[in-house]
Amino acid sequence: MTSVLDRTAQFGSASHLYCRECGAHYDLGPSHVCEMCFGPLEIAYDEDLQRLVTRESIEAGPATMWRYAGLLPAAPVVDLQVGLTRLVRADNLARELGMKSLWVKDDSGNPTHSFKDRVVAVAANAARALGFEVLSCASTGNLANAVAAAAAAAGLRSVVFIPHDLEAGKVVTTAVYGGTLIAVEGSYDDVNRLCAEVAGELPWAFVNVNVRPFYAEGSKTVGYEIAEQLGWRFPDQVVIPIASGSLLTKVDKAWRELGALGLVEATPYKVFGAQSTGCSPVSAAFRAGHEVVSPVRPSGIAKSLAIGNPADGPYALDVVRRTGGAIDDVTDDEVVEGIQLLARTTGIFGETAGGVTVATLRKLLASGALDPDAETVILNTGDGLKTLDAVEPVARPTATIPASLDAFRAAGLAS
Amino acid sequence: MSVTVRVPTILRPLTGGEAEVSVEGATLADVLDALEADHTGIRARVLDDDGKLRRFVNVYVNDDDVRFAEGLATPTPDGASVSIIPAVAGG
Repeated sequence: MTSVLDRTAQFGSASHLYCRECGAHYDLGPSHVCEMCFGPLEIAYDEDLQRLVTRESIEAGPATMWRYAGLLPAAPVVDLQVGLTRLVRADNLARELGMKSLWVKDDSGNPTHSFKDRVVAVAANAARALGFEVLSCASTGNLANAVAAAAAAAGLRSVVFIPHDLEAGKVVTTAVYGGTLIAVEGSYDDVNRLCAEVAGELPWAFVNVNVRPFYAEGSKTVGYEIAEQLGWRFPDQVVIPIASGSLLTKVDKAWRELGALGLVEATPYKVFGAQSTGCSPVSAAFRAGHEVVSPVRPSGIAKSLAIGNPADGPYALDVVRRTGGAIDDVTDDEVVEGIQLLARTTGIFGETAGGVTVATLRKLLASGALDPDAETVILNTGDGLKTLDAVEPVARPTATIPASLDAFRAAGLAS
Repeated sequence: MSVTVRVPTILRPLTGGEAEVSVEGATLADVLDALEADHTGIRARVLDDDGKLRRFVNVYVNDDDVRFAEGLATPTPDGASVSIIPAVAGG
């Protein structure tokens, strides 16, 4: 018989899996889909173990996401020092947008420069505990980077599947870690489907397929950190980019947990979602008042958000509606303006997903859905260096001049 | 009108462990009826109480998502390949 101590060493405070649709229970293991109804499996926790976590125990922990290990379904055997990224007060941006108080949670500071290091940190350790030797995934790029790097650090083989038309930067920043990288001739949704089939055939840990319940919990650490960094409280509003919808639902789960455990006063907050118009199935469902999300074929420059058939779309809709938030979407031109606006006012160079979030923030303010006087946090989930192509046409030298003082003066740029 | 159906891991207990089975049917609805006749219980896993595709299952006929085609009325020509795949993945 496995003791609670053994289980805690492997799976933290997790107790079992349950189906979000029909409630069926399953033992902790490498499964992500309910055998009865195909519904997504979610991690449940031993509340007695979670209640051992205090503000003091967190603050005494490492300066990484693992300071919240007591609230996660894995223990940090392999640790790339992920998380506890900066929360930046964005006064210039707030002023430009007519807001009172605005923060940027900047996850570009993670080891492979996106929030995906968080989910992979949990998935990689859970995969080891489950006895896997190969770490795999379907990815739009950021996850590819994170899986390849985590596998390298853990001494595991990685096999990463990406759409063949991914940004060159994200290909290089995956391949460099030396794992197997497979470019699939199709969209992300095609890649995802292929991986769902391969996962049924091979004993590999696909972080976002068969290990997905563990993986997804890693995103909770974004929510924990925002609350702790604000001085153990929640903001009034948060704007989160939506691809699968998992990040948005997990930030909400994190805050509900902190409230239920008494670690943070459970003040109300509104969750807002951001998509690009080229792939906006959740935004469209929100606007239409639908509870289900109709899949779309993605287009546009925000490739890290290009999931046409988002697994957690219905749950993201639930969270946004429950909290009184909204979801909107922005065009590619607005995304580029969003990247420039964030960079110009905060010194933070976000990737296209960050541009989507900033541009959606602006749109939600204009429509009146978001309150400019209420404290707001926006998420920058990845580094602009990964998506240079998107801004290259508008981010050029101001002037090109001969190397002479006369030429410099003639250019008229001295003031 | 013989159609090959690729069965996901979680439904294989109903097909005696088979990953691929062959049935007859001119549309996806017919194929599911035929599957049910051979492997009792499989239809209720794929369709909800209203007889619609469950929201977390994707079905492909020859690699095309039937939600982009005609849903359960999507034709399944002779030799077609039908894949039933859990939708919960990715992100």
